[in-house]
Amino acid sequence: MEKTFDVEIITPDRVFYKGTADLLEFNTESGEIGVYRDHIPLTTVLEPGLVTIHHGDEEQVAAVHAGFAEILGDKVTLLAELAEWPEEIDLERAEAARERAEERIHNRNDNLDLKRAEFALHKALIRINLAEYR
Amino acid sequence: MASMRDIKRRKGSIQSTQQITKAMKLVSTVKLQKAKGRAEQTDPYFQYMYRTVSSILAHSGNMDHPYLRSGESKKKAIVVLTSNRGLAGGYNANVVKLITESDDVAKEDVVIYAVGRKGIEILERKGYHIEVDASKIMENPTYPDAAALCKRVLDDFAEGKIGEIYLAYTHFKNTVSQEAQLIRMLPVEVSEPSEEKSSREILMNYEPNEQEALNQIIPKYVTSLFYGALVEAVASENGARMQAMDSATSNAEEMIEDLSLKYNRARQGSITQELTEIIAGANAIE
Repeated sequence: MEKTFDVEIITPDRVFYKGTADLLEFNTESGEIGVYRDHIPLTTVLEPGLVTIHHGDEEQVAAVHAGFAEILGDKVTLLAELAEWPEEIDLERAEAARERAEERIHNRNDNLDLKRAEFALHKALIRINLAEYR
Repeated sequence: MASMRDIKRRKGSIQSTQQITKAMKLVSTVKLQKAKGRAEQTDPYFQYMYRTVSSILAHSGNMDHPYLRSGESKKKAIVVLTSNRGLAGGYNANVVKLITESDDVAKEDVVIYAVGRKGIEILERKGYHIEVDASKIMENPTYPDAAALCKRVLDDFAEGKIGEIYLAYTHFKNTVSQEAQLIRMLPVEVSEPSEEKSSREILMNYEPNEQEALNQIIPKYVTSLFYGALVEAVASENGARMQAMDSATSNAEEMIEDLSLKYNRARQGSITQELTEIIAGANAIE
């Protein structure tokens, strides 16, 4: 029996990934999920994080920030506002962003900024994490 | 008849204008290619987003959600996409006309969220209220920029400042044909699902739930709609400019030809006159 299914990751600027996989892992609002073929149809909101595409023994990792996933039995589509491969990460910039965000969280003056800083920190951490897969 | 010098001067000035329009045409051709490529890459995202939103709405029946009905405010927000630079033929005028000539929106009830200086100039002169000027986005449209403006509009919608959101932009049909369009972004308007859709009629589950999914997805849908329109507008702008400059160049060509003819006639006329004068003078001496 065939076990693979189609995977598409689409961002506003490009078709980020198009191929097949036998296991796809990613973060949703309600936690991390892994999808095999013939998953029940599901539309869910993505949480920023890493996506792992397993294909046989190979695996590819990418980062997605904000978006949602549509899962059908033989096809999974991730619509992400931003997606990146490990090679595309500028580690220095991500580190700098992390420091900036941490600093802002420590010396916060009003609450409005906090949410943004936390979001930025989260984003930077994902990128740093992803860079390790190079 | 104008003197030879006048004609020569005029011809020179037209020639230098022609050089400019020719250069502008080349520049906009290159820009058009780039913008067209971008528009094509944006398309899959938008198409998929549209399909997803329509299938959610088709399955969920008559769900009551703020994004699916008009707000209580009578105000209508119009996001207007025009260019920052002129010399693009009727490009900007056509977009503005959609707003000024539409019957069902009164001037007092319109709030303009403008991208593009030219549109702002015209609308301001006509007395419309410009709420936001985000012309900088037009120079190099990126998704985060589009998202920022959309968030602003959606926040105003959520706060009840505006009841409906429209988008006026130029749809890029192909290189030679662009069409100004006014579409409604919110409340969401989805055309009836077509026949072939019924084949992929499956029971879709939503996480956390349909309401929450709509909450998250519709802003993204509106943003993708806006971003797609933005990218298309850039392509249309360059397409319109390319055409305008092309016809300007050929008009200049025509004028130059006409003036060359006139110039040569004047030159021949003056030579003939000189000759007659010399011969007449010589005859008088004899």
